[in-house]
Amino acid sequence: MKIFLITALLACSGSLSANEWSGNMALEYRQFSYDALSSSQFKQYGSVAIQPEWFHRWEGGKQSLTFVAFTRWDEHDEERTHSDIRELSWLKVFDKSELRVGLRKVFWGVSESQHLVDIINQTDLVENMDGEEKLGQPMINYALINDWGTLDLFILPYFRERTFPGVNGRLRSEFYVDTSNPIYESADKENHVDYAVRWTHNIGDWDIGLSHFNGTSRDPSFIAGLDSSGNPVLIPVYNLMQQTGLDLQATKDAWLWKMEVINRQIKGSGYNAATAGFEYTFYGVFESASDLGLVMEYLYDDRNEAATTPFEDDLMLGLRWTNNDEQDTSLLVGVIADVDDESRLYSLEASRRLGESWKLNLEARLFSGLNNTTTSNQTIYALRKADFVQLELNYYF
Amino acid sequence: MKVIILLFSLVAFSGVIFAETAEEKGLAIAIEADKRDQGWGDQATTSKMILRNSQGATSTREIRGKALEVKGDGDKSLTIFNTPRDVKGTAFLSFTHTLKADEQWLYLPALKRVKRISSSNKSGPFMGSEFAYEDISSQEVAKYKYKFIKDDKFNGRDVFVMERYPQYKKSGYTKQVAWIDKEMYQPLKIEFYDRKKSLLKTLTQHDYKQYQNKFWRPGRLEMVNHQTGKSTTLLWKSYKFNNGFKSRDFDRNSLKRAR
Repeated sequence: MKIFLITALLACSGSLSANEWSGNMALEYRQFSYDALSSSQFKQYGSVAIQPEWFHRWEGGKQSLTFVAFTRWDEHDEERTHSDIRELSWLKVFDKSELRVGLRKVFWGVSESQHLVDIINQTDLVENMDGEEKLGQPMINYALINDWGTLDLFILPYFRERTFPGVNGRLRSEFYVDTSNPIYESADKENHVDYAVRWTHNIGDWDIGLSHFNGTSRDPSFIAGLDSSGNPVLIPVYNLMQQTGLDLQATKDAWLWKMEVINRQIKGSGYNAATAGFEYTFYGVFESASDLGLVMEYLYDDRNEAATTPFEDDLMLGLRWTNNDEQDTSLLVGVIADVDDESRLYSLEASRRLGESWKLNLEARLFSGLNNTTTSNQTIYALRKADFVQLELNYYF
Repeated sequence: MKVIILLFSLVAFSGVIFAETAEEKGLAIAIEADKRDQGWGDQATTSKMILRNSQGATSTREIRGKALEVKGDGDKSLTIFNTPRDVKGTAFLSFTHTLKADEQWLYLPALKRVKRISSSNKSGPFMGSEFAYEDISSQEVAKYKYKFIKDDKFNGRDVFVMERYPQYKKSGYTKQVAWIDKEMYQPLKIEFYDRKKSLLKTLTQHDYKQYQNKFWRPGRLEMVNHQTGKSTTLLWKSYKFNNGFKSRDFDRNSLKRAR
């Protein structure tokens, strides 16, 4: 009887990845070039992270449950030592719609240098300053799927605060961000219910997305304050906002033409921001199987110097090399240059699989010309001594 | 007068029958092969690729696939990677077309991002293997021009030997030579000639089985690159037909939850 049960269970799990565990562990080391601006900071940072994932599906894949947990321990930065539930969600697929309930991550947009349209999830900034790591967002998402495109409706019942490096962390502003007492415009604070709607469609070579968001801004502004020990700090302010976004991509042979535009209404005034550019790929370069991609994007924000982002009139240039070998070796180098001053952000990302289950990632960021930056933005000025190299060894299970 | 016309048309008619050119015969074989493989509807597959470099070191990829037959155009397919583990859950959606550019999207699970990608990369390697994208995408009659070469025997089986010349843009090949089994109308061997017209790769297809009493599918493919010494084995572990797939199973929404 027991044997029968086990066989039945095995048969069941074999049929459609029921009860499946996977995930990865990462060992990370960061080396900064310069001594820190503050005595509470360090030059080397070691860190360990783990991200286990559980997945279960039934009804022939029409229903599934996903659970992704994340936790990191950092040698020095107590704010970077943190945990999050990246995903805990239920999916139900219908003929012409899909329902998702729970904590999830959603990505919107097409561009590479910055993600203006992408608005649903809060950025897990302590993870990576590129802003691509996100916190799990509680939501009800109902997608209506028709010939005229997909219409996604979102109810977002809870707000997640952005994470920031702590007193002992690098890559932060001169005064660290005190996340213990954020200020909200809404009286409901983090319980304010946000709404979003997005329509996506594809017509031939064109992929189009149109979105609107109504709720608490994921990007805080800051006011000066004091922490509980009387040290000067920055206190994040989360205002209510409306954002309308458009993202477009035209795929013409080896050319990808991309554009993202947003209009944001916040605190009684509005502004527009945009990213536009292209990616062109040369296939099979140097008599080999490798590809070389050229990325160019222009970043604009009509608030100019008053923008809360450093990218208000900037040009991004990138080179993506994909070796197409068994070990998936790839390299991405880029620079974001301010058109009006000398400030430059250089970045390098390289990766290679080792064997079947290991992967090595190398990341480097260099900042130059920030001393004379015309941008009054503190965040970028504070990065003038923040050059670093990061090595990460990942194990996948 | 009438007799002359009759005679003339008879001559013309018989010319069509008997003086079939090598090109016409090649095309006729391709049309027959296509006709015999029509009506499969949909299929689900599991497969394993074993990549071997010139030193003999191997790495593997486990792949699941879903495909939907589209009448009068290329097929729709969804490919999901199970291993290597760092790309687990990465999925690839492709709408192939006979002559106009294919439409392709890639889903990156770590970023939850759906990326429309260029389909110009026909000659590029699929997952670092010796199979190019154009080798594994759906084979439509209009994609090539054909030329029958000779009747022959291959591994004791009767075959047609024919050449085909890619007509779609960005192919990495100037010519392919195919050994087509006369009973199955399926290739047993294909030689690929690069843009400089030199022999690049040889593909052999093994362990054919018939499904639904109609459709022949190989169990194992061996691709050898003569210029690099690398090779790839593609093992088709299972084929399943009549899954009831619809085009809804091949859209960007299904791509996001493919895994």
